[in-house]
Amino acid sequence: MPPDSDEKPARIANNSPESAISVSKLSKIYAGGHAALTDIDLEIRKGEIFALLGPNGAGKTTLISIICGIVSPTSGRITAGGDDVIRDYRKTRTKIGLVPQELTTDAFETVWNTVSFSRGLFGKKPDPAFIERTLRDLSLWDRKDSKIITLSGGMKRRVLIAKALSHEPEILFLDEPTAGVDVELRRGMWDMVRKLQETGVTIILTTHYIEEAEEMADRIGVINGGRIVLVEDKAALMKKLGKKELRLHLHHPMQTIPADLSGHDLALEGDGNTLVFTFDTQAERTGTTRLLGDLDRLEIRFSDLDTRQRSLEDIFVSVVGESS
Amino acid sequence: MNLRMNFPGLRAIYQFEMARTWRTLFQSVVSPVVTTTLYFIVFGAAIGSRITEINGVTFAAFIIPGLIMLSILTESVSNASFGIHLPRFTGTIYELLSAPVSSLEVVLGYVGAAATKSIVLGFIILATARLFVDYDIAHPVAMVCILVVTAITFSLFGFIIGIWADNFEKLQFVPMLVITPLTFLGGSFYSIDMLPPFWRTLTLFNPVVYLISAFRWSFYDTADVPIGISIVMIFLFLTVCIGVVCWIFQTGYRLKN
Repeated sequence: MPPDSDEKPARIANNSPESAISVSKLSKIYAGGHAALTDIDLEIRKGEIFALLGPNGAGKTTLISIICGIVSPTSGRITAGGDDVIRDYRKTRTKIGLVPQELTTDAFETVWNTVSFSRGLFGKKPDPAFIERTLRDLSLWDRKDSKIITLSGGMKRRVLIAKALSHEPEILFLDEPTAGVDVELRRGMWDMVRKLQETGVTIILTTHYIEEAEEMADRIGVINGGRIVLVEDKAALMKKLGKKELRLHLHHPMQTIPADLSGHDLALEGDGNTLVFTFDTQAERTGTTRLLGDLDRLEIRFSDLDTRQRSLEDIFVSVVGESS
Repeated sequence: MNLRMNFPGLRAIYQFEMARTWRTLFQSVVSPVVTTTLYFIVFGAAIGSRITEINGVTFAAFIIPGLIMLSILTESVSNASFGIHLPRFTGTIYELLSAPVSSLEVVLGYVGAAATKSIVLGFIILATARLFVDYDIAHPVAMVCILVVTAITFSLFGFIIGIWADNFEKLQFVPMLVITPLTFLGGSFYSIDMLPPFWRTLTLFNPVVYLISAFRWSFYDTADVPIGISIVMIFLFLTVCIGVVCWIFQTGYRLKN
């Protein structure tokens, strides 16, 4: 079930429409002619958590790589905090931290050295106290003198996060941050991301895990085939597209839906044992009362009933399906 | 265009690369010293005893500049090429590409560290040689300058190789199959005047001849080719390497998609 976003405390993002990143008419065509991104327009608001969803090969990583300077765009313009990411790369890159998808680390370096290296590389003076705090926050302090090669996958992931945070970025990109991470660690990472947001950091995460976007994001963008097909406030998206299902577990299974019920949006599941009624929660009349009346009149009995909100996953599948 | 340098970034790259040297101390320093010692024993003591003098210098002393050059060239290329190739291979290059460092800082960091190692190594070999043979240095300042410029030039060359190579085989190919033969055939262990005229002419197409000749001149004031020509050739090669590195960063060749 998606969490009720309205119950969450008001976030900085919702109060501040200022742009953290602005992407305009961005396209990327690789040397082989493959169009990875086409005419991308995207605004990321300061202080928000923005989740970029999309199937494999949709262009999520390419988009992030271009913003961070790893891949050159074919055309278009990107600004971070108002500065052009190519012309003013020193300014923009100082503001941005990137946690890549792959566990790419210097295997033979110690945790402390690699994180300190990152801070220096991004132009910041050494600050052992800050590095210590970052490592403690990520539960890496005990392993600060360990070589990275000796760490587990989850720890390596946290080392990459520590590296990205080492220069105190205002904008943090997390490319599939919880891929291959166990449930407990995933929860821990979500907490960490929320804490970062409370300090004013803008967070952009790409993910395959819909529940991650549901749990974390203020806004959601869906990318498919190199095009942004949807950008919405998560709560609005859930409301707008969120249909509900009423599931009735029947006493006697049905082979077909009776003609007298053809006026309702019904489907049979589980060998005719479950009658599923889909309705729009936002509609003036949901039709549930009328359906229950019709069932009573036709003497169709049921032993149990439950309702299910459409998840973001369903929404994602339908949006991607429509855009493909 | 921001003219302000990212000194912490430059320092981070330089220190990171130097730290790799300490981690691989045996491979980086001890191994070339042992190899050089073997050269002295074989060429200096064993064979050298049968060759009296070349241009008024004992054979053992004559080969010192050549041996140092042999190590400087191969180590500069190996260190610099490995230094930049490793992050490309492991994928950690993402951090370098997304960092607020200019191409100048990247080159200064990697090439600076590789050249530093080579220069230190050069002096270690020079000191090791003292254990086997007496030698004089006629032009010490010129000797240091040639050593430094050569280390920088070949570290730049190594940096280019490290970017160009898309696997470790190619990475090994240039130092093993290009630099070492050119150095051996470039007069490390003999004067090119000792060659028959045809081979002498052919040898002049080998750029390493000019480096070794100039370096030997700084030791013993004798050279196979005039020192002026050698210096021009050294700077020509340096300029070509700088040009190629500039091109790499302008186009993002093998660095950015």
